[in-house]
Amino acid sequence: MAKTDVKTGRLERHGLSDEQLRALLRNMLLQRQLDNRGFQLNRQGKVPFALGSEGHEALQAGAAMAFNRGKDILAPYYRDLGLCLGIGLSPYEILLSIFARAADHNGGRQFPNHYSSKAAGLMSFSSILAAHIPHAVGAAYAMKYRGEKGRAVLVTCGDGTTSEGEWHESMNFAAIHKLPLVMLVENNEWAISTPLEKQMAQPEIWKRAKGYGMPGARFNGFDPIETYGAVKEAMDRARAGEGPSLVEGTCYRYLAHSTDDNDMTYRTKEVVQERRKNDPVPRFEALLVEYGVMNEKDVETMRKDVLRETNEATDAAEAQPYPQASDLYTHIYEGAWEPWQ
Amino acid sequence: MAVSSSSATSTVMNNVEAVRATLYEALKNDDRTVILGEDVGARGNVFLITKDFINEFGPQRIIDTPIAEASIVGIAVGMAMEGLRPIAEIQFADFIYPAFNQIVGEAAKTRYRSNGEYTCPLVIRTPYGGGVRGALSHSVSIEALFYHVPGLKIVAPAFPADVKGLLNTAIDDNDPVLFLEHKKTYRLIKGEVPDGHYTIPFGKANVLKEGTQLTVVSYGLYVHWALEAAQKLQLEEGLSVEVIDLRSIRPMDKGAILRSVEKTRKLLVIHEDNKFGGIGAEISAMVAENALFHLDAPIRRLCAPDVPAMGYALPLEEEYMSSPAEMADAMREMVKF
Repeated sequence: MAKTDVKTGRLERHGLSDEQLRALLRNMLLQRQLDNRGFQLNRQGKVPFALGSEGHEALQAGAAMAFNRGKDILAPYYRDLGLCLGIGLSPYEILLSIFARAADHNGGRQFPNHYSSKAAGLMSFSSILAAHIPHAVGAAYAMKYRGEKGRAVLVTCGDGTTSEGEWHESMNFAAIHKLPLVMLVENNEWAISTPLEKQMAQPEIWKRAKGYGMPGARFNGFDPIETYGAVKEAMDRARAGEGPSLVEGTCYRYLAHSTDDNDMTYRTKEVVQERRKNDPVPRFEALLVEYGVMNEKDVETMRKDVLRETNEATDAAEAQPYPQASDLYTHIYEGAWEPWQ
Repeated sequence: MAVSSSSATSTVMNNVEAVRATLYEALKNDDRTVILGEDVGARGNVFLITKDFINEFGPQRIIDTPIAEASIVGIAVGMAMEGLRPIAEIQFADFIYPAFNQIVGEAAKTRYRSNGEYTCPLVIRTPYGGGVRGALSHSVSIEALFYHVPGLKIVAPAFPADVKGLLNTAIDDNDPVLFLEHKKTYRLIKGEVPDGHYTIPFGKANVLKEGTQLTVVSYGLYVHWALEAAQKLQLEEGLSVEVIDLRSIRPMDKGAILRSVEKTRKLLVIHEDNKFGGIGAEISAMVAENALFHLDAPIRRLCAPDVPAMGYALPLEEEYMSSPAEMADAMREMVKF
């Protein structure tokens, strides 16, 4: 967890205000609540599929705080609920995606968690691992080409994605052109059922940075403040025109890959319970209480507030209509489309 | 660059010069335009198409990429999503396979999957086709691997004037376009190219030769050979064959094909790509669905045999490819059916 400053005995905050620390916790609580909601709705038979990011809360809340809204671009992957919340998506927008309603940014076309929002600087992406990483590189190239100062692209993926060729190709190109890009790997040790040791022989992903000619760093992704510090440093370097970085946050995937996965086929309950002792959400609650940023009552109030907001967003999103069947035929090309002209 | 100028408003050039001239104008006219690919800089691509561009437009706009096709297209997709107008080059069509997902899974679906919020105005240019002793890995036709995909447009011009007009349309287009340039036509085919900026819409075929006894549909190099064969048959045997150059494969000009078939009552599709599952299969099915009772003969397809590629040895290349003589034989048989 966050270090204590040696001189003052105070929380090492990386310049974060009390308000920002509370916002970090609020994001984490919201992630936990929305994750639960997706899985609940799936068990109730209301939605066919849900993905969870439990275990990633601190990492994503911290990384999102290093993102400058209205300036930076985020190219996320499908387990980035907290990042997308943190850069400005509302719980209502998240639930529109879960319910696949017409008002969802992608009109109910994509799986849940495949957010996009041009207004928020959030690039549209598919489910194909690593396919979005060159897109982030292209966006970073466009920023640099236009001479835009003070902007950067934050692109994320899980540990498994770093095995894909496009991940390597993208790191290489970004380094050659010193692009304003931060590659954030959320290392949760699992790629569905494939563990890290079957994914790579050298499990410290950040060390690969040297091979591409860019700085690399590893941080404890269970700690939102440490995450913020590491990602902020890399983003600032990118914004200053000093080129890309590879930062790796360590975390753990507490839930199965998705509601369609049974993780008990490849790991045990005991192991997951043991790893849950590191759960970043209660630990960060306790830390903020310990440092006097909040008291226990404040935390309880925040939890209730987040639950209320989730309930309201659920009701509002569920009440929205599905897309029309005729919406299947729109946005294939600009303008009308016939297979034959 | 220009071979000669026959009038104040046009210039004679070959296909490769038409590509070069069009790219040059695009770079001049819009600083959002960038070219990226292998060896496009100092070398000016392996066919020298972009030679000297880097001196005028700089390495930020003429980007020599690492040898990594998936990311050449993937980075271009990101550039396009973020407001640039990238023209990505795949050095030979045969090298496009690593970029397949970026083209089919990403570029073609960007507009659709974001409900129109993001677009992908991207041109992917690549030389394709045989007859140049290019062996297995420098000769393929790739159109059938891509034309199945909604969201993508595919163009395969045969004449210099079409190269310019269709490439301009591709560059202006707000969706991804796969622009196929037959490498044997690069220096072989010359013609008048109008000066100044003009565009030719996709989905408009060109009737190269009018006829009454048979419709021949083709594109790329084979359009030239089919035309040669049809003219020879007209001159020497009095047979009247109509030759249609598709120019764009997706969208494809249904009206032009049907109008012609309803007139001639016979259809022969000729292409260099493999027969099985090729463009000819789609055209045949479309005509069968729409004009079966206008036909006086079974539809015929003259295409590559179902082998993986043409070989390097001359007999292997010649066996794979059709010739004007073979085309004339097929036309004669169909007219006389």
